[in-house]
Amino acid sequence: MTWLSIIIAGLLTYFTRMAMIALVGREMLSDRVKEVLAYVPSAVFPAIIFPAIFINDYGTFVQINDPKIFAAIIAIIVGYFSKSIISTILAGLFSYWLLVFFIFN
Amino acid sequence: MLSKKKLFTRGMFDVAPHMLSVIPFGIICGAIGVELGFSPYLVYGMSIIIFGGASQIVFLQLLSGGASSLIAVTSVGIINSRHLLYGAVLSEYLNKLSLIKKLFISYIVVDQAFAESAKFFKSNKSEEYLHYHLIGAGCTLWACWQISTLAGIILGSFVPEELGLKFTIPLTFIAIVVQDLKKLDHVIVMLVCGISSLLFFNAPLKSYIIISPIIALFVASLILRLKK
Repeated sequence: MTWLSIIIAGLLTYFTRMAMIALVGREMLSDRVKEVLAYVPSAVFPAIIFPAIFINDYGTFVQINDPKIFAAIIAIIVGYFSKSIISTILAGLFSYWLLVFFIFN
Repeated sequence: MLSKKKLFTRGMFDVAPHMLSVIPFGIICGAIGVELGFSPYLVYGMSIIIFGGASQIVFLQLLSGGASSLIAVTSVGIINSRHLLYGAVLSEYLNKLSLIKKLFISYIVVDQAFAESAKFFKSNKSEEYLHYHLIGAGCTLWACWQISTLAGIILGSFVPEELGLKFTIPLTFIAIVVQDLKKLDHVIVMLVCGISSLLFFNAPLKSYIIISPIIALFVASLILRLKK
């Protein structure tokens, strides 16, 4: 039963990935739509970023002085100037550890 | 013109830094599945059949919490519906490929592969074998996801939870969008999406993950109209 659900969930997921690539032709998208689609990364990824920072494991808002907020700000600053993915992630992670293990303790 | 091999390798290198978040997340995902009491085969089967990090965890958590299969499956569909947007962006560049190739490539379109390849496509439009970048990126992420979920299933959560490695997920996505903070229109779109995701966080079936992008894209189209 669970296997069946997984297979259906998998087919559904595959459909979301395949539908626009395989079934929609370039000519079906107007220039205006293409212009809007240029915003997709900016319009999608914050929906993953914001809850992961501002909402805790129990589904409630974190405190305003949560270490994740400070660490994210540092990651943004480092990422903005370094243009490096590795530096962005490590700066965020190390400042998070610094705050959690040394300052907030 | 870059060769297929060069483009494939370039795709691999472009997503490689994201392993810093994909590998810990994969381990957590595998470990959680087993901890929740599901069979290791089932937990691993999901990595091949669904191949979508967050949705796999949500699926198992819902089922173990007593939700019906219908709710679990629907939630996976809603969480992953964002891929429709990725596909719409990529279709412009993959248009000339044969159906078989399109069907294969579709399986490996995941967040980070989409983000890095879309960026690459935009600045290398004239390349003939452009799609090899996406194949390189997608296959790399696929292999890492399989190995890391498997490691989590076999070894359990050997990464201490106190390390907070889940936090690498938002960091990966910050790294993807951070350069667009230079552009005011993108900043507005990001804030609209982020704030909407917090406002709609408790909407049923995790639908905030697609509601917020739709609102943000609507705002983007308004901005485009104002610019003209």
